[in-house]
Amino acid sequence: MRAMVASLKHRSSYFWYQLRRSPMTMIGLGIIIFMCLSALLAPVLAPYNPDVINLRARLQAPSMAHFFGTDEVGRDIFSRVLYGGQQSIGVGLFVAFVASFIGTIIGCFSGIFGKWVDTIIMRIMDVMLSIPSLVLTMALAAALGPSLFNAMLAITLVRIPYYVRLARGQTLGIREMVYVKAAQTFGASRRHIVQWHVIRNALPPIIVQTTLDIGNAILMAAALGFIGLGAQQPTAEWGAMVSAGRNFLIDQWWYSTFPGLAILITAIGFNLLGDGMRDMLDPKQKVK
Amino acid sequence: MQGNQAGQTDELVLSVENLHIEFPIYKGAVKALNGVTLQVAAGEIVGLVGESGSGKSVCAMMGMRLIPSDSYRVTRGTIRQSGKDILALSEKEMRAIRGSEVSMIFQEPMTALNPVMKVGKQIINVILQHQSISRAKAREKTLGLLREMYIADPERVFDSYPFELSGGMRQRIMIALAFSCEPKLLIADEPTTALDVTVQKQVLLLLRERARKTGTAILLITHDMAVVSQFCERVYVMYAGAVVEDGLTRDVIKQPRHPYTQGLLAGLPENVKPGTPLKTIGGQVPDLAQLPACCSFMNRCGRKEYICRNVPDLLPLTSDPSHKVACWIVQEEDERNAR
Repeated sequence: MRAMVASLKHRSSYFWYQLRRSPMTMIGLGIIIFMCLSALLAPVLAPYNPDVINLRARLQAPSMAHFFGTDEVGRDIFSRVLYGGQQSIGVGLFVAFVASFIGTIIGCFSGIFGKWVDTIIMRIMDVMLSIPSLVLTMALAAALGPSLFNAMLAITLVRIPYYVRLARGQTLGIREMVYVKAAQTFGASRRHIVQWHVIRNALPPIIVQTTLDIGNAILMAAALGFIGLGAQQPTAEWGAMVSAGRNFLIDQWWYSTFPGLAILITAIGFNLLGDGMRDMLDPKQKVK
Repeated sequence: MQGNQAGQTDELVLSVENLHIEFPIYKGAVKALNGVTLQVAAGEIVGLVGESGSGKSVCAMMGMRLIPSDSYRVTRGTIRQSGKDILALSEKEMRAIRGSEVSMIFQEPMTALNPVMKVGKQIINVILQHQSISRAKAREKTLGLLREMYIADPERVFDSYPFELSGGMRQRIMIALAFSCEPKLLIADEPTTALDVTVQKQVLLLLRERARKTGTAILLITHDMAVVSQFCERVYVMYAGAVVEDGLTRDVIKQPRHPYTQGLLAGLPENVKPGTPLKTIGGQVPDLAQLPACCSFMNRCGRKEYICRNVPDLLPLTSDPSHKVACWIVQEEDERNAR
């Protein structure tokens, strides 16, 4: 037990050491923590109820009363951006983690089984990859019916093939390693080999892909929200807010700009972290 | 465990009968094994020597049936483990045998352990696969195994990742793993090639000690004649996918009969006077994809005669039935001398 704690301490301190060496990763992590906290603490931080209509305060410019101004029915945009973060970041995390979880398992088994199992799985994935992902997501979301949850499902489904391909590629390499052969000589089953040897060794690039994908998924969710297939009124969601503000862009610039900035900054944060993770998990760059 | 010494029991843990294996390639096949006959009795340490490409490793892999079944063809022969014909077993039955009845040690201890799992956990996993005991018991057993490998600080090693350990230490862990379920046969595929000489000796002594204690037979695959002469009771010499000589180690080393074995031993540095060039066998190993229908060593042999156009069988010598040679000329000579 003490050894476990010590090793955990050692590992987390090593993590911080690596992180400190890369300022961009630190900035990315800082942005993500800031955005997540402000979304989680929205009920405390938000000065107004995000859904309450106040027609007397329509389309007001940013001021001390309304930091980011108000929209066409007088809702406080600052509060809506805070609450919108819950939706957008939530979608991003859900999509990236669920897609990478399912995709990794499918990919590893496909790579280990090989033969016809592999052929069938990979051809299906090729078909999914051959359709532009945004078009496929839109089609799926439209077929499922416009709602944030359906949009999330659609994005997840469309992201899965990327992980399958990545995990399968990793598996094909790991499959030939001596330790997999050795495990076979000790009588390990395929399931055991996937669970204990393949997935664990295939993980680093998948973690990187997942981190990068969170930002991607947020953008996708926003895009679906923008064309009306994502979150529905009155739910505050960044993409839908940008879309609604589009009609007022010339005279009331703040309406679209602030939710748009929130999307931009969050996506940048996850991308910076993802890039940093890639460097940290690349064994060739490992410095002791 | 009964203290099995060589020859005390007649039970054969591994018996390969006239095995022919080929790997299909474009327009033809690579004939990797062309009549391998070898036997390992319980508790015995047997050497298998030969140069690169002679089929030693294919033999080892076939002993565990590790080669994907769609990539090779068995054209003739059988492999039996403790009487069971393993070529006829299903993959599931084979899995039950691997690890518990036969296990294997590889050449590269650096890559034979999973780099992202702690050593202890890897051993526990193997134990739990074959024995239904509790995790705590398995942990105790693992520590015991490590202690038996003369690892000074088993708890520390138990909680180490493979990259934190030296090559010799990793090979000891592989040995501990291989012995964890007390197999009847251990196939060691060049277990010490990647280690330096002092560690090599420690590892081999350890292997022998463990084998004696558990009654495990070892098939030691190597190209190091010195290792064979020190550790093996019997030795098989392979050339171009076939066994060409088989006998007690001291007979084979002192009185090699097959021209190939003679050439091999003559090439050892200790058999050559300092200052003179090392002796080599001229020519090259035949292309296994286009094996001629003659003695495979004929083109490199200094003694070839007309009869060598036929493939010789591995037959016991009249003067010493425990010594078998696959050479027409040697067989003829021996018969003449015995008469």
